[in-house]
Amino acid sequence: MSHLLAFDNVWLEYGEKIVLEHVSLTIAERSFVSIVGPSGAGKSSFLRLALGQEAPTRGRILLDGEVLTPECSPDRGVVFQRYSVFPHLTALRNVMFGRECTGARFTARLFGAARRAAAEEAEAMLVEVGLGDALHVYPAQLSGGMQQRLAIAQALMARPRILLLDEPFGALDPGIRQDMHRLILGLWREHALTVLMVTHDITEAFGLGTRVLAFDKRRIDPHAPHRFGATAVYDLPLSRKTPLNQPDPKQEVLRLTESVITNTEGSL
Amino acid sequence: MRWVNIRPSRRGGLLLGALPLLAVSVVYLFAAAARHAANPSDKILPTPSAMIAAMHGLLVDADPLSGRLIFWADTLASLERLGLALGICTLSALLVGLVLGVLPAARATLGGLVTTIAVIPPIALLPILFIVFGLGETAKVALIVIGVAPFLIRDLAEHVAALPQEQLVKAQTLGASSWQLALRVALPQALPRLIAGLRLSLGPAWVYLISAEAIASDVGLGYRIFLVRRYLSMDIIIPYVAWISLLAILMDVALAQLSRRAFAWAHQAHR
Repeated sequence: MSHLLAFDNVWLEYGEKIVLEHVSLTIAERSFVSIVGPSGAGKSSFLRLALGQEAPTRGRILLDGEVLTPECSPDRGVVFQRYSVFPHLTALRNVMFGRECTGARFTARLFGAARRAAAEEAEAMLVEVGLGDALHVYPAQLSGGMQQRLAIAQALMARPRILLLDEPFGALDPGIRQDMHRLILGLWREHALTVLMVTHDITEAFGLGTRVLAFDKRRIDPHAPHRFGATAVYDLPLSRKTPLNQPDPKQEVLRLTESVITNTEGSL
Repeated sequence: MRWVNIRPSRRGGLLLGALPLLAVSVVYLFAAAARHAANPSDKILPTPSAMIAAMHGLLVDADPLSGRLIFWADTLASLERLGLALGICTLSALLVGLVLGVLPAARATLGGLVTTIAVIPPIALLPILFIVFGLGETAKVALIVIGVAPFLIRDLAEHVAALPQEQLVKAQTLGASSWQLALRVALPQALPRLIAGLRLSLGPAWVYLISAEAIASDVGLGYRIFLVRRYLSMDIIIPYVAWISLLAILMDVALAQLSRRAFAWAHQAHR
């Protein structure tokens, strides 16, 4: 497997405050990387760097060997915990949005055959995430879980190489969360995605990921806690899981949680 | 049952809403009757029949001097000024407000100017407008525009700037350019807010219109009211004020309906 994304001694600072320091790691293509850590340990900042929403203060981020421009682009899709669908568009139009932007630079609207093709593709995508019955419904009428399904479908339409998930299931009920785990694992395999997922849920992190990164501060100065940044203090490859042949995710979640958590919980 | 839990039905609500209006009318009628009993030629509280008689002349008889039906000519002139001014306000709010909301650099450059203009009391500028634009229509329309547009622009810019950052990032990861972001993400979400802002601005807009008409005009609802004041013609002033209120209510209802029809998605969350 080749390295898709590489962080080369990356630092992120806001003035005096150091958020991330010494982040050096590579992300393999088609891996599912879970990112865990306490609040304020720079998990989301790490994701924003990968997204291009922010530029590193020091160091380089390489995508396919090329230095990443600090701006969002269609090769990196994203799903946030909330607000990542457009409230003024129906589910179908939400998913078509990416096609319409790339297909019509000036009007950002497609017409005729191009529109029909985009609509068909969007419909197929919505069916795939289980929203086949809700094509013409506005997001406000969808439940939280369905909105996240919609956000995922919308992101996948742009065919991203990397999918960044920022606590995507954090606001969902436990039952719905399990359905979403099954969905995201299926999509990850089918679309040959590379996934970076920030989560607060350790079970989720180990259940879904092929690799778990734990962010935290290595050193703490009690007089100036903001002067030391966080970094990836644990980097655990979950070798038992291969990205290609995957047993029932639900069973996998339970099995892995039991075995791995007991081994690593103390050190996390 | 606690008082806070007593909710009138739709019909009951309409009935309850009509009661105070009815009560005010009844009080007026009694007061007018009492004054007329004391002084049959009283002009301060005219009876309904006196108002009808006075308005009849303005509604159906042409003015011998100008040949116009005065009431309708006044209404048309005022609505023309108001419509033109609000149209200009809407367009400028959409253009400037959207640019300010979407582009942080534009907000940094022009935000201060818009805020400065917005805090100037528009009526204080009326003399300048009359000096610059003369006493014609331009000055009256300009007063309304100066009074209303900065508010709409600021409101819209703030609303657009407050759209969740997640949406803007998401749109960019889907390949949207700045222009597409403004056109497909910011503009559609700004429109319902613009209509809401316009509804709130109707009151001030009428104030500026009537002020401008009162000071220098030869036709218009505000002009007429201030003209007949010299003759204590309450029998004309009261129907005119009622008519202005009715027009304002109709505009408000029309805008509310437009918003609900055209932007159903914006009203679903509040249901």
